[in-house]
Amino acid sequence: MKIIYTDVLVIGGGLAGLRVATGVKARGHDVTVLSLVPPKRSHSAAAQGGMQASLANSAMGAGDNEDIHFADTIKGSDWGADQIVARMFVNTAPKAIRELAAWGVPWSRVQRGDHQAIINTKKVTIHERDDAHGLINARDFGGTKKWRTCFTSDGTGHSMLYAMDNKAHEQKIDVQERMEALALIHDISSKNEHRCYGAVVRNLMTGELLAYVAKATTIATGGYGRIFSVSTNAIICEGIGQAIALETGVATLGNMEAIQFHPTAIVPVGILATEGCRGDGGVLRDVDGYRFMPDYEPEKKDLASRDVVSRRMTEHIRKGKGVASRYGDHLWLDITLLGRDHIEKNLREVNDICHNFLGIDPAKDWIPVRPTQHYSMGGIRTKYTGESSTLKGLYSCGEAACWDLHGFNRLGGNSVSETVVAGMLVAEYIADFCDAVHSTVDINSDVVEHFIKCEQGKLDTLLTYENGEDAYELREAMETIMMEKVGIFRNGKDLEIAVKELQKLLKRSKQISVKRSKSKAANPALENAYRTQKMIKIALTAAYGALLRTESRGAHSREDYPERNDKEWLKRTIMQWSKVEEDLPQVSYEKIDINSMELPPGFRGYGKDMTISHPTSAIRQQAVDQAREKNSIIGDRFSLQEMLMPYKHLLPAKYRTKNERLDEGFSNE
Amino acid sequence: MSNSQIASKAPKQARQLHFHILRFDPHLKGDKPRIETFIIEESPGMTLFIALNDIRRNHDASLKFDFVCRAGICGSCAMVINGKPGLACHTLTATLDTDISLAPLPVFELIGDLSVYTGNWMRGLNERLEAWIHQQEEHDFNRLEEPMEPDLADEIYELDRCIECGCCIAGCGTIQMREEFVGAVGLNKIARYQIDPRDKRSDADYYELIGDEDGVFSCMTLLGCEDVCPKNLPLQSRIAYLRRKMLQIGLTSVQDNCLCVSTPT
Repeated sequence: MKIIYTDVLVIGGGLAGLRVATGVKARGHDVTVLSLVPPKRSHSAAAQGGMQASLANSAMGAGDNEDIHFADTIKGSDWGADQIVARMFVNTAPKAIRELAAWGVPWSRVQRGDHQAIINTKKVTIHERDDAHGLINARDFGGTKKWRTCFTSDGTGHSMLYAMDNKAHEQKIDVQERMEALALIHDISSKNEHRCYGAVVRNLMTGELLAYVAKATTIATGGYGRIFSVSTNAIICEGIGQAIALETGVATLGNMEAIQFHPTAIVPVGILATEGCRGDGGVLRDVDGYRFMPDYEPEKKDLASRDVVSRRMTEHIRKGKGVASRYGDHLWLDITLLGRDHIEKNLREVNDICHNFLGIDPAKDWIPVRPTQHYSMGGIRTKYTGESSTLKGLYSCGEAACWDLHGFNRLGGNSVSETVVAGMLVAEYIADFCDAVHSTVDINSDVVEHFIKCEQGKLDTLLTYENGEDAYELREAMETIMMEKVGIFRNGKDLEIAVKELQKLLKRSKQISVKRSKSKAANPALENAYRTQKMIKIALTAAYGALLRTESRGAHSREDYPERNDKEWLKRTIMQWSKVEEDLPQVSYEKIDINSMELPPGFRGYGKDMTISHPTSAIRQQAVDQAREKNSIIGDRFSLQEMLMPYKHLLPAKYRTKNERLDEGFSNE
Repeated sequence: MSNSQIASKAPKQARQLHFHILRFDPHLKGDKPRIETFIIEESPGMTLFIALNDIRRNHDASLKFDFVCRAGICGSCAMVINGKPGLACHTLTATLDTDISLAPLPVFELIGDLSVYTGNWMRGLNERLEAWIHQQEEHDFNRLEEPMEPDLADEIYELDRCIECGCCIAGCGTIQMREEFVGAVGLNKIARYQIDPRDKRSDADYYELIGDEDGVFSCMTLLGCEDVCPKNLPLQSRIAYLRRKMLQIGLTSVQDNCLCVSTPT
């Protein structure tokens, strides 16, 4: 049996995983990255519209800073986010984008002088100042007070991922392609705590099983969108990373019910048309060609937060205003008003996708769109360091994790930003851990061999079991349940059915036979079989979490409980599957403390205020107001922040410095 | 606009598509290359992504192919479609005849059926050409970023759009004769870094990388690369530009060498 030793094992070669790898390597640790596909093909490449960082270079971003980015993110999360994590994030995002600029991302730059833009369907002239010329530009995105989303046309994720992977090549980082982690190796350590020691890994080309043993193991495998039949996600976003964490019985998953639906995926294939379409001035229209969003959201209109727009679109379709098609009702995304030049320069991918998949010209024709599963806010629950709350030595970051930057709704442009920022920070915490004496690997090789044998046994069973269940059938059933019963609007009755049906599928998934393809090497049918077993568990955590959460918060919207209930539900759903034989995970809740919040819970500003407030919110708000008043006499925004919620001591020292802006000079303290 | 917009893409009566697929699993002892034919019914808006998954689901579960984004963004699914390299995911069956032949990309190591190992090839190329920004000093990321002319940033992005799908390599005549040729994907990378002011390498440095018979002077200008590039990269003009630049460097160094020889010391 092949056992490979390394300091840090990174599972997943997208932006988050690669940034962790470059970070720990720079600190002198050995690292191996495992990736299902060549890293440059990871789903990070599909991020189109941009990356949020409060640079404040462009005229429409003037005055932007960490405070405003922080407030937008917390409001966007419907107060579900961890405010300490959000603070760490907004302070590091400008550094991340500047680092990427130095590594080669050709960010779109500010052009001095006047330029035209479309705002609220009107042509307006915007003037860019001289000293901003050549600095990184930004566009408008949903749910943000400033134009903060930096971009390279609508291929932002692609450019970022290429720069990052090229950096990994420069650093000679070991990347093993077409490798899939099937199980985490874990045990009770000599210090009597649960410890992760690496993973059992399958070579997808040869079928060989091997073990990677490491001091620290990082899961950066992205989201679990593919538990739904239609998703904007790449087909490799199957939640396997979350599943192998869950299957340890020790690591926990957080807020698995928090799933985002993007307003504008094209119909029927579910490919994304970036939020940049609306950020740049595009609008949504109904069957009559009528622009309906201002009626629902007079202030933010088409650029309300994603969860809000997706719900309003669904409501509008339910009123009979959708456009009927053989694939069900849809609405229109109109970007014709932006003009051909703008579309061919700043919305190139959307332009290509419209031509290739729909046979339409978006400079002339409207694009058929519908809200579609897009992002997983939930994931492996971690501390602010990225380490699992319950399994030492296991780390996670990016979409795979519930760090928890996004709470119950992520802002557009905050996902690629999170991948890189979390990668930067978590790399430092991992390197600290690996530097410490207590991180020494203290596991016997027979334990490792036991884990390999166990996985080999499962694969053999799948291949030899006769007349069992068809994995394709189970998977389709699961996808349909999630689509129909755990979607944009949810209710107790449907969710109860969903959980029951998924429990049945879970039982059946234990008797899968791999049919018509018996190879032990590259074998798509075998891969589908073991992934389906894992995906059904993930689907169950999402559906069960949604059933239990009897309130509406962010993207989790219950028709039978339309209020956001801070009194009872200002807490994170935590799931653990410690008893393998049970058909549901164990659930607990982690309270979110109002008394330590910099931004106490309030009204998000969409529709009617339906919040059931927590009594502590008003008390904390009062304290915050008083501090603000006191600070206004002698302090600045930094001293106020420090007074309300100190966090800088938690950041790695190299990332504590303030960020320079055109109107905010540099001071190194 | 009308709601029949998408529906109208469907042919009136569903066609029967005959897929002739080159099958071979090098990991399977005794397996031999062969063409297998699968017949499926066309559905509206069907892409090769949908068709191949249909074949795998309903006909042969062992059929190997690669898709990731299925949106024409990631470059995983390049294959030879009716004799021409292209991305399978954004190829609509409606644009093809009822007989469709599919084969894996040539040049790259075969994993099985339509799946090839482009990753190691591209990484090897990247390392050979040192396809990353070469900087002299680290930028302090707490400070304002270095400004860049907006038009130049756009120009770099234009070349940065390559998705390493391998179509240009599969469509290249030169590489059939010269295994070590860097191909359009390699030359495009150099063209991209050559105009990027953040990369401090000089033209002479680039000459070291591509100024030989496996580099820019090997290209026979057949331009199959430009014809098949799914991202419509300006490969023809970039290769011509690089050749001119590299020729200048080459001639200068030849002159320098001549001077060295003829000047008495």
